[in-house]
Amino acid sequence: MPLFYILLRTGQNGVGEWWELVTTARTARLAGTSFALAVVVTAGCLLLGVGSAYLVTRTDVPFRRAFAVLAALPLAVPSYVAAYTWVSVADLWSSTARFEGFWPAVAVLILYTYPYVYLPVAAAFAGADAAQEEVARSLGRGTWRTLATVTLPQVRPAIAGGGLLAILYILSDFGAVSILRVDTFTRAIFTAFSAGFDRATALSLSTVLVLLTVLVLLLEGRTRRRGARYESGGASHGTNVVGLGRGRWWAAGGLAAVAVLALGVPALSMVRWMTAGTSRADSWGQLLGAAAGSLTVSLAGALLTMVLALPIGILAARHPGRLSALTERAAYVAHSLPGVVVGLSLVFLGVTVLLPLYQTTWLLAFAYATLFLPLGVAAVSGAAAQAPPALEEVGTSLGRSPAQVFRTVTLPLTLPGIGAGAALVFLTCMKELPATLMLRPTGLDTLATELWQATSYQRYAEAAPYAFLLVLLAAVPTWALVRRSGVVGGAPPAKQARTLKEELLTHD
Amino acid sequence: MTDVEINHVGKFFGTLRALSGVDLSMRSGEFLAVLGPSGCGKTTLLRCVAGFEQIDEGRIALGGRLVALPGVHVPPHRRHVAVVPQEGALFPHLDVAGNVAYGLGRGRRDRAARVEQCLELVGLGGYGRRMPHELSGGQRQRVAVARALAPRPPLVLLDEPFSALDAALRSELRRDVRRALREDGATAILVTHDQAEALSMADRVAVMNGGRIRQVGTPAEVYRHPADVWVAGFVGEAVIVPLDGEAPGGRHTSPLGPLTLRDDDRPWDGPMAAVVRPEQVLMTHRRTPQAGRGVPAVVRRVDYHGHDTLVAFELADGTEAMSRMVDGPLVDYRPGDRVFVLVDGAVAAVPVGETVTRPVPSPR
Repeated sequence: MPLFYILLRTGQNGVGEWWELVTTARTARLAGTSFALAVVVTAGCLLLGVGSAYLVTRTDVPFRRAFAVLAALPLAVPSYVAAYTWVSVADLWSSTARFEGFWPAVAVLILYTYPYVYLPVAAAFAGADAAQEEVARSLGRGTWRTLATVTLPQVRPAIAGGGLLAILYILSDFGAVSILRVDTFTRAIFTAFSAGFDRATALSLSTVLVLLTVLVLLLEGRTRRRGARYESGGASHGTNVVGLGRGRWWAAGGLAAVAVLALGVPALSMVRWMTAGTSRADSWGQLLGAAAGSLTVSLAGALLTMVLALPIGILAARHPGRLSALTERAAYVAHSLPGVVVGLSLVFLGVTVLLPLYQTTWLLAFAYATLFLPLGVAAVSGAAAQAPPALEEVGTSLGRSPAQVFRTVTLPLTLPGIGAGAALVFLTCMKELPATLMLRPTGLDTLATELWQATSYQRYAEAAPYAFLLVLLAAVPTWALVRRSGVVGGAPPAKQARTLKEELLTHD
Repeated sequence: MTDVEINHVGKFFGTLRALSGVDLSMRSGEFLAVLGPSGCGKTTLLRCVAGFEQIDEGRIALGGRLVALPGVHVPPHRRHVAVVPQEGALFPHLDVAGNVAYGLGRGRRDRAARVEQCLELVGLGGYGRRMPHELSGGQRQRVAVARALAPRPPLVLLDEPFSALDAALRSELRRDVRRALREDGATAILVTHDQAEALSMADRVAVMNGGRIRQVGTPAEVYRHPADVWVAGFVGEAVIVPLDGEAPGGRHTSPLGPLTLRDDDRPWDGPMAAVVRPEQVLMTHRRTPQAGRGVPAVVRRVDYHGHDTLVAFELADGTEAMSRMVDGPLVDYRPGDRVFVLVDGAVAAVPVGETVTRPVPSPR
């Protein structure tokens, strides 16, 4: 719906005017930056993600279990928190050096986006059928030839999926690029909006961004059709482990370096600023206020999202086919809509159509629902699959009425999954930044907005407690994701591997 | 007393005819198997009886009570028909005792006793506290059977309950389930595509194909006197030999040598064929006095099964046929061997026409 609204508004302004706004040198520069950033970062993510996934699942690298968890953890650091900690660490170093611009942004985004590739690829490596590799070896292929000709093609869908997630994430990222002062579409849209409500420019830029994401989606759709994977039936037995010899310590060193950079820097920075914290008493009160604000809007968002997700999810689970396929596609599209664009469109919607709702928590909740509905739908349909119709049929055949069967069979089986989905939506809402900035009622502060404001005035000490709380909160769904991916512990059941992608979609 | 009465039942999925003119009636305590290839409509029939699907034609009565007419539909929970689904479908959040007790009313005093009794019946006494995921596949099916039996339903429906199990487990479970059903006096319908399962377990077998019932009879009737060529080929292996003769009964000549037809009262209308079962075909290396009238043949293929051997051979005129023999020191045939074959005993005759084997896709 927000997408529709943007198109409508752009159409009202006239195509000619839109074309004029879009074909400026500035737009070209923005497009160039956004595109270059997306390409460079995605390449880096693929390299880092696939490499570390291979190391922790298929080699005898030391401490592989610990590294398997560590490699996924950067996902728990929201990009703007990451950017803030890096900038502020640079500040500790020397007050003149500025950590900002294109290449710092590339470094930060790679470090915190590569888990989008790492998690699905590691899950695919762990779940891939070892028998195919054994056949390749028995036909005379060496370790590296087997890897290149059998194993990598096996996990290619996971690599493509992870790469898509990464590229969409980078295109829609707002927090990190803003803090690191890189001019991309998202930042320009927000600036146009906040500096004088320049609707025409903001809208036109949004359409270009949407076009860019649709282009990426179309390209991915083409590779996906060819990327079909033949899965041999039956349970795959364990995976083969490659001995790295002395190289294993180098590999461990590399993994450790990534972990130190991605996790150590934020930790160091937060600890330094927390201890150097200024005006304690005041910040405590503010912190509590922001936490309360976060709780309120996230609760509203989670509630609305789950109410909308319940019927769609159950329908998707019970009547698979075109609808469920459509839902999966919608998940991509909804995710590819950057929070900035959704926020913007709802601002205009609020001003023009839903004036009574404008500046209320509910409009913000609606934005959250638009952004995170796929997450809720995935949770609900996954939960509904826990109670297949066959169970309900048996229940009624034993003489219990449909209402009784629902209470004694369906509800106990689906409630945990739906609850977990609601918790995930709740935590994701808490971390959301751009839509919150645009739509929050005046006077309402959340952890994310307070952090953003503090960093925009370079008051890093003030920002530290918010950042700390946010990372703590974000760690919860991340841990759930890592557990479900099957990278730690046994191989994942086939069904969960699919929902992993859907969960990753809305996890940022 | 008639327990199950199914009259002219028809069912459509969109424009697809899944069932047409199905007629079946069962006595109380009887065990009926519905046998047919996948997609023949047998599971649809079961789901119509259970009340999971509504019928479009005909009527279904259970225990003298009408439960289904076109437009009239008694919901499943009022039918007192318990179902044992293909994969067991145990409630994963309840333990074994909880599963078995599910269909028992909450107020019943003998609840715990009945649960234990049902578990004993399926050979799982003392397993009440286990959770479904702690059980093996066979044990899960046993619990599913106990759960269905617990409320003493007048009718139990078993939907291919053994198909997911391995062969050794399957035959043991078949025996135990049959005994449990019998001891509890339950009327039961078993749906299966496995002819050995249907023939060995059931009192009567209904053979289905293309949404129609082709034949109903005792296992021996269905095997020895198949209603038509299709049933003859589906239930067991058969060599179909066209007959030229006009008269029923008596002796006929065939490429396999002289054939004696069984005396049965089947009307002789149109072209007929003889159904020769492989175990009726005797095979020898030499023309012995006993097999003096043997026809020469060449061995083409030998399938050794341990307890018996199936030998495929070719006659002088190119006709292919099979012989099955119990294993023993004399059974030593290789492809290419020249042998003599002879049909021993009377064979069944079936009409050749009316072989409507229209495939109907399975609803699930």
